[in-house]
Parts: sequence; C-alpha cells; structure tokens
Amino acid sequence: MNIKKYLNLKSLLALLAVTVLTFQQGMAQAQDAVETVSKNDGLGKMVSYYLLLFLLACVFIGVIGKVLQVYELTRRFQGKSEGISWDKVNGFLFGFFLIVGLYGVYWSYTVQGNQILPDAASEHGVKIDNMFNITLIVTTIAFIATHILLFAFAYKYKRTKESKALYYPHNNTLEKYWTVIPAIVFTTLVVMGFFTWKGITNISPEQEKNALQIDVTAHQFAWEVRYSGKDNVSGKKNYKLIGSLGGLNNLGVDLSDKRNYDDLKVSEIVLPVNKSVRFTLTSIDVLHSFYMPHFRVQMNCVPGMSTYFQFTPTITTAEMQKKTGEADFKYELYCAKICGASHYNMKFPVRVVTQSEYDDWVKEQKPYITEQMKEKYQLAMKENITSDKNKIVSNN
Amino acid sequence: MSTIVIPNSSASLQHDHHAHGEHKETFLTKYVFSQDHKMIAKQFLITGIFLGVTAMILSILFRIQLAYPDKQFPLLEVLLGKFAPEGRLDPNFYLSLVTIHGTIMIFFVLTAGLSGTFSNLLIPLQLGARDMASPFMNMLSFWMFFTASVIMLSTFFIETGPAGAGWTVYPPLSALPKSMPGSGLGMTMWLISMIFFIASSLMGGINYISTVLNMRTKGMSMWKMPLTIWAFFLTAIVGLLSFPVLVAAVVLLIFDRSFGTSFYLSDIYIAGQALPNEGGSPILWEHMFWFLGHPEVYIVLMPALGITSEVIATNSRKPIFGYHAMVYSLIGITVLSFVVWGHHMFVTGMNPFLGGVFMITTLIIAVPSAVKTFNYLATLWRGNLRFTPAMLFAVGLVSFLISGGLTGIFLGNAALDINLHDTYFVVAHFHLVMGSATIFGMISGIYHWFPKMFGRLMNSKLGYLHFWLTFISAYLVFFPMHFMGLDGVPRRYYAFTEFASMKEWLSVNVFITWAAIIGAIAQVAFLFNFFYSIFFGKKSSQNPWNANTLEWTTPVERLHGNWPGEIPTVYRWPYDYSKPGHDVDFIPQTVPLSETMSSNLPHDFEGNEEAERIQENWNIKHKTADKGEEVK
Repeated sequence: MNIKKYLNLKSLLALLAVTVLTFQQGMAQAQDAVETVSKNDGLGKMVSYYLLLFLLACVFIGVIGKVLQVYELTRRFQGKSEGISWDKVNGFLFGFFLIVGLYGVYWSYTVQGNQILPDAASEHGVKIDNMFNITLIVTTIAFIATHILLFAFAYKYKRTKESKALYYPHNNTLEKYWTVIPAIVFTTLVVMGFFTWKGITNISPEQEKNALQIDVTAHQFAWEVRYSGKDNVSGKKNYKLIGSLGGLNNLGVDLSDKRNYDDLKVSEIVLPVNKSVRFTLTSIDVLHSFYMPHFRVQMNCVPGMSTYFQFTPTITTAEMQKKTGEADFKYELYCAKICGASHYNMKFPVRVVTQSEYDDWVKEQKPYITEQMKEKYQLAMKENITSDKNKIVSNN
Repeated sequence: MSTIVIPNSSASLQHDHHAHGEHKETFLTKYVFSQDHKMIAKQFLITGIFLGVTAMILSILFRIQLAYPDKQFPLLEVLLGKFAPEGRLDPNFYLSLVTIHGTIMIFFVLTAGLSGTFSNLLIPLQLGARDMASPFMNMLSFWMFFTASVIMLSTFFIETGPAGAGWTVYPPLSALPKSMPGSGLGMTMWLISMIFFIASSLMGGINYISTVLNMRTKGMSMWKMPLTIWAFFLTAIVGLLSFPVLVAAVVLLIFDRSFGTSFYLSDIYIAGQALPNEGGSPILWEHMFWFLGHPEVYIVLMPALGITSEVIATNSRKPIFGYHAMVYSLIGITVLSFVVWGHHMFVTGMNPFLGGVFMITTLIIAVPSAVKTFNYLATLWRGNLRFTPAMLFAVGLVSFLISGGLTGIFLGNAALDINLHDTYFVVAHFHLVMGSATIFGMISGIYHWFPKMFGRLMNSKLGYLHFWLTFISAYLVFFPMHFMGLDGVPRRYYAFTEFASMKEWLSVNVFITWAAIIGAIAQVAFLFNFFYSIFFGKKSSQNPWNANTLEWTTPVERLHGNWPGEIPTVYRWPYDYSKPGHDVDFIPQTVPLSETMSSNLPHDFEGNEEAERIQENWNIKHKTADKGEEVK
C-alpha cells in the first residue's frame, strides 16, 4: 500500500532521534526517582518478597495442573474413561455456588442490610421507602428464582455420555407469558413510581409560598445557606457582584433589593419538625448535588439556574438519636456530584428541632448583610452617585 | 435470499496469489497495516486486552486508597511520584484514576475492544464473505482507535495529570481548568482522544452495517444469520446514530474550553473571578452526553449478548430458544435505547414531567431484556451442557445480567432514584450489568473463537480456574456496594473518613479491595493462558466445538480471503443442534436439507411446496412420520 512509501530510512531515523531524546529526558527524571527510591530503603526487598510469593503460587498451580494431566493420561493408557469429567466438576461447582451464594445473599441482606439508612425522616421519604420495599420484594423474588433455575439447570443438565439435548427451538405460549408477566409487573411499578414522583415534584404555588424558604449556594467546597427571614422571600443575587464590597459580598447579594436585608446567614441548617421547607439551590462554579439521604432528598446545584426541592421533615434529631440508638446521630448534607479534590469532604450540618426550639434558634441568627457591608455599600453609592451607580446596583 | 456475492478486489487478488503458491506479504502489511479482517480483529483484541489490564490496575490503585485511606504506601510514591506524595494518592489523582478507568473500560475495552474484535472477526466469517466491505477503512478504524488509546494513556505523563471530571466529564468542572488540575491539558487530550475514538467507531460501524447488508453468502437470508451477527449489526446501527451526537457535544466543549463560547457555561465565579459566560447550561451537555451515553450501554452489552447466545446454544447442544424473540428483543432494545437517556438526569434539574416520561420508557426497555434472560434459561433447560471455559463465562454473563438488570428497576424509577442517584448503588448496578456481564461475554468469546483466531486451543483447566476466581470475586466486590449505596454513600469519594456515618463501611471497603485484588490476580491465569496458547497451545481441529456456523468451515490455517475455494452456500438456520432423527448432534449451515431427510421438519421448508412433497414421499417410504409428535 501507499503507506509503505513513507516508511523509508529517513523517517525511521527521525523516529529514532525522537526516541533517543525522550529517553534522555527520562533519564534526567530518573535521577529524581532514584532519590525517592533511596528514601524508601528496603522497598525492593518487600516487592521481591511478594513477587516471589506470587511466583510460588503460580508454580503450585502449575504443579497441580501437571498432576491432573498425568492422572488423566494414565487413565487413558489404562483404557478407562477419560480421567476427570470436567463437565461434572463444573456442574457440581455451580450447584455448590448456588447454595453458598444463597446463604451469602441472606447474610448480606441481614447483616449489611442493617447498616443502611434508618427509616425516612420526611413525609415523602416514607412514600419512597414504601416504593423501595415493594420493588425490593419483587426483584428479590425474581433474583432468587431465576438464579435457582440458572444454576440448577447448570447442575442438572451437565453433559454425560448418555444424555442428549432436547430439540426445543421455540414455544410461543411461553414467550407470551414471559413477555406479558414482566410487562405487567413493570407497568405496576412504573405507575406507582410515577405517582410517587409526581407527589414529590408537583407542588402547588400556594404550598410553595407557605413553605419555609431557604436559599443554598454551592461552591468548591462548601455550602452557603441563607434563610429568607421575616418576609419569607430570599433576596436577589447576581454572580457579578460576588467579591464586591471589599470582598465581603461572597454570594453576590444585590443590596438594592430590599428583600435581602432580612435574610439570615447560618452555619447550620436547622429545620422545624413537620413544617414544609423549600430549598432553592444553585451553584456558582461547578455542578454540585444537594444530598440529604436521611430525608430522601437530592437535587443538583447548577450554575446559571435554580433548582428546587420541597419536603417536610418529620423526625427531630433528638428523636432519631433515640430511634437509632446512636447518641451522636446527626443529619448531614453531602455533595453527591463530583466537584473536585475535596468532593469527599463537602459537608454541612443539619438539625431538625421542635417549633419552639427553632423559634429560639432563629432569633439568634445574624442577618446576611452585616453593618459593615451596608456602610461600604452606602459609601460606594455616594461616591458613584452619578455615572457608576448603575454598575454596582443594577448591573443586569 | 436476494444476496449478491461480489468477491472484492483483494479477495480475487488473493486467489491469484494462491495460484502462484507463495504469498508476498511483508511484516508491515501482514501484522501492522493489515487489511485482513482477522488480523484487524486480533489487533483490536490485543490492544483491548492491554488497555483492559491497564484500566484494571488503575482500579486496584484507587481501591487501595479506599481501603486504607490513612495508610502510606511508599511503593506508590516510587511508581507515581507527585501523584502520590508521601505514599498516599493525591485526591485529584484519585479522581483522574476513576475517570480514566471508566473511560478506558467503557469506550476502549468494551466498545472498541469488544465490537472491534468480534464484529471484525465474525461478520465476514459467519456470513460467508471474503473480507469486510471496505478493508482499507477497516484498517483506518483500528489505527484511529490506536491513536486515541495512545493519546488517552499519554495523559499520565503530563504534569497536571489525566482528565479528572469523571467519565461523563460534566461541565463546568471539565470546562474550567481552574476547577481542578485534571481539567487542564489532560482534559484537552481526553477530548481529542475521544474525537479519534468516535471516528474509529463510525468507520467500523459503517463497515459492519454494509458488510451485513451486502455481503452475505448465497442462502444467508437475514433470518438465517446467527444471533451474534444480529447483535453486531444492531450495535453498529446504534453506534452510528448516537456517536455523532457525542462528537457534537465534545466539539462544543472544546469551543467552551478554548474559544470562549458559552454553550455549557453561565454565571460562574471561580478563583476570585466572575467569568463573562452567560446563557449556557450544563444540562445541555448532560442531554447530549447521555443521548450517546445510554445507547452506549447497549453498544457495550448487545455484542456480549450475541456472543453468549451463540456460545450457550453451541455448548448446550440445543437450538437457542426463541430465535425470533431474541432478534425482536434486540431490535426492541435498539429502538428504545434512544428514548431512555433522561433516566440519568432525574435529579439534575430537568423538568420533573420529563422525568416521568423517561421513567416509563426506561421500564419498557426492561421487558426485552427480561425476555432475553428467560430465553437463555429455556435454552439451558434439558440441554446437554458442555462446560468449556467459554460456556462458563456465558453462564456467568446470564447471572450478572439478572442481578445487575434487576437493580436497574430501582434506578429507572425516578422516585427511588432521588436517593440512589450518584451513590454506590449505581456503581454496583452498572458494574454488574454493563461491566462484569460484558467482560464475561467478551472473555467467553475469546475462549470460544481463540481457535479461529490462532489455530490453537487455550488450556481449559486454567480457563476453569480463571472463571471461578473471577466470577466469585466479581460478586464479592460488587454485591456489598449495593448496601453502601442504600446507606447513602456517594460515589467518587476519595475517602470515607470525613463523615461519621460512613466509617462503618471502611471494613467493607477493605474486604472489597482484597476481593478485587484476587480478581485481578486471577486475570494473570487468563493472560498467561492467552499468550502462551498463541504459540504453544494445543493445535485445534477445524471445528473444535462441533458448531454449525460458517466460520468453522474455513481451514485452520486462516487464509486471507477465508475460504480456499468457493464460498459455501447456506441452507439452514445456525441452530440445528441435537435435531431428532439426525445421527450427530449438530448440522452445519452448509448441509442441504436433501442430505438430512431423516431429520427435516415441516417448518424447515419455509413453504416450499415442492420440497415438502418430496419430504412427504420420503417419510412415507421410511415410515418415520411419528417423529413429528416428539417435537410438536
């Protein structure tokens, strides 16, 4: 082919030159590597020890293989049947695997199944848990039944000399059954899921208004939470104002919006029990995910748009501590969407309390806009009373 | 039926060469820039195995981090340098490992490595063609793939490390170099590599489709094709329709990264600076990515299902149960795979109404998958199961398909997905149904068609060892992960040490890591077996598995052009195993019905009255009419 044309001496020499150069650079870096190695004396010994161990295991397996081979050969020379019937061995192993596997599944369900989240601590969460349990029962039955069939068939119909397979290319009645029955089961699950989903996401405007409004802004690697204060409306933000007011405005709140002045800055999400709460979520850098597994709540935080999640917590932290028997039980907010190096450590404390406890707590919270910020803002307003006014106040 | 066989130029050339005896091929044209589909298949396979082992080692590295988050491993520092200061993985490098593990496994191993190997090997061989429709493009496809792999792996040698935003590379994380080091040069190279990769995939796909449609041998109607071919054919269609969308998405991301556009970016303040981009949306990327991403799951899985169908039928010595239902469910999966992508986005801020719609389409796609599972079980029922290593892995696939598929019912349900999204439950789900199942399908194919590729057999006892260790360790690794997910542990966490509620899983992580290490070591048995057998394996006979399909009628020596003489004609479907009335338990597709008068069934004649009459006369003469009752 034409490609051959390019494979002349010249290009090969060029390739060689490039390789040599890379190698030289590699050698220079190897100097550093040597230092690292000398720092870790005895590492080579350890590595070779494990390598030796591994080789030993390989030799061991090889020896077993040879023994089996010799055994089979002698059987054949003696004119007996062909040594070990591996079909039989594998068939038995499948049967064995079925029994051990079933026990393993039972163990996992009971032991590790006890380590999962406690019962949902929110109204909609209970519905999700019900849905989950129904799905779990259906799928577990299917899982166990099909696996018993699969491995039992593997065990029972392993090849023997006498047996012959049944020519059974199709059976339309059977096909219909196992198309229609899963279809019915799935449809039932879908319909139930659909209504559960609708119940969680379809919220009337009135319910929206009556809920406690909390505004959450995610950024690498922390959460900024604002309570909406007395008017129960969070004030406007503008990402271009972030860092203004001498760096104090870390969320970009718009001080020309009067609704901002009663908003509260908090270092902990505290929720009154049995009261609907609506989170308005956004991010100012990359995607994050607002995840509070105990309430069965998750929604992504997307830069450039707001997302929402409304729910009603039903169990206070104190009640949950009693219920789970863990004295230090805490609700927590995680980030569930990969967001960078500290993704694994982007947490925020959450506490559910009684209404009276909440009222006491909320009184102590300081407004988001501090006196210092107000002063700076007014100063800036005076300075730019004419031309630059628009830049700060109503940019966009 | 209406097949026209046009021997392509290279094939006829081949004939001339054979007439002259010696074949003039240089090392370069035979092993490097080869246009023979069998050699290209081997190139894909060996590259795929190399990449698969690489990605597996990466996974062991981050598994070590998860099991021992507080421990120092000086060896890691020696090997990885600045990526593992003080012998502990850097969090950014951890994310890079996760990202590249996913990218290599999903795209390079399970898409290119699997389709590239077996579509290339089997489409011409099982259809009776001398080569692919366009061998030159086929060669280009491999070299594009190879280039993509080299670019992808070379990112380990740049200062900021490989891409680190997860294999889905969601912007803005992937678009902003300031958000993580992995979004610097590594990400640029990731995107370039993907463009090469998609070009390779498309060239391959076009080739597979045109070969299947145009180059079937005489008698090979679509309904006589083995299920492997159906699977490869439909996979290629899915790829051809969905990969271009990813190219579009990738190009837009390159624009956002390098040319200041705002397709995915809006209202961003990062590293002390507000960016000017406004009006874009990361949700757009998610839509475009998953429009490929979900079909991709089936691009990965369907070839494995096709291989399994063939392996299970051959080794059960029984026709595949419900051949038509199998084909229709593949077609159903193909069509539906394009309308389910939104189930990856239930909690991304997509309109909740759309969530409801995607939930419905998602659970519909579960039906054909369930049908396939039941058909596999019915095929095994009353078979005469011969447990070759290939068969073991095929049974393993069915098991993973069930256990991974069932958890899909949870995740496809929008209401349940709220709490399961981006947790370890998802990790467990797709590693079983897509990862393990597909890898098992691929390995099954390797054991089964190794004699066709290299003319030798792999050692079966090492195969058994390989299977049992891998099968058990895969379950030990992924089964406990479900429960971690149900405890609300998010995926892609560098360490479980920061949250009190996750500490109880640390011991489970140690267990999983050791299971994974054993699983990885078990692959040594496979690698040794594979490479040793290429050179020193037992010589294979022409049809070692007593299979019906056409590839076993070619000589063991593997000629360029496949058949030394004329291309065989096909007379029957590929699954006439253990047909009553016949003396052996298989009847190759090349055996005409006239040679098997004792075993023909009324259905075989497809309404050809003349043939039916001849058969009836024969039956009366031989008084074997009672045979029909046995089968119904």
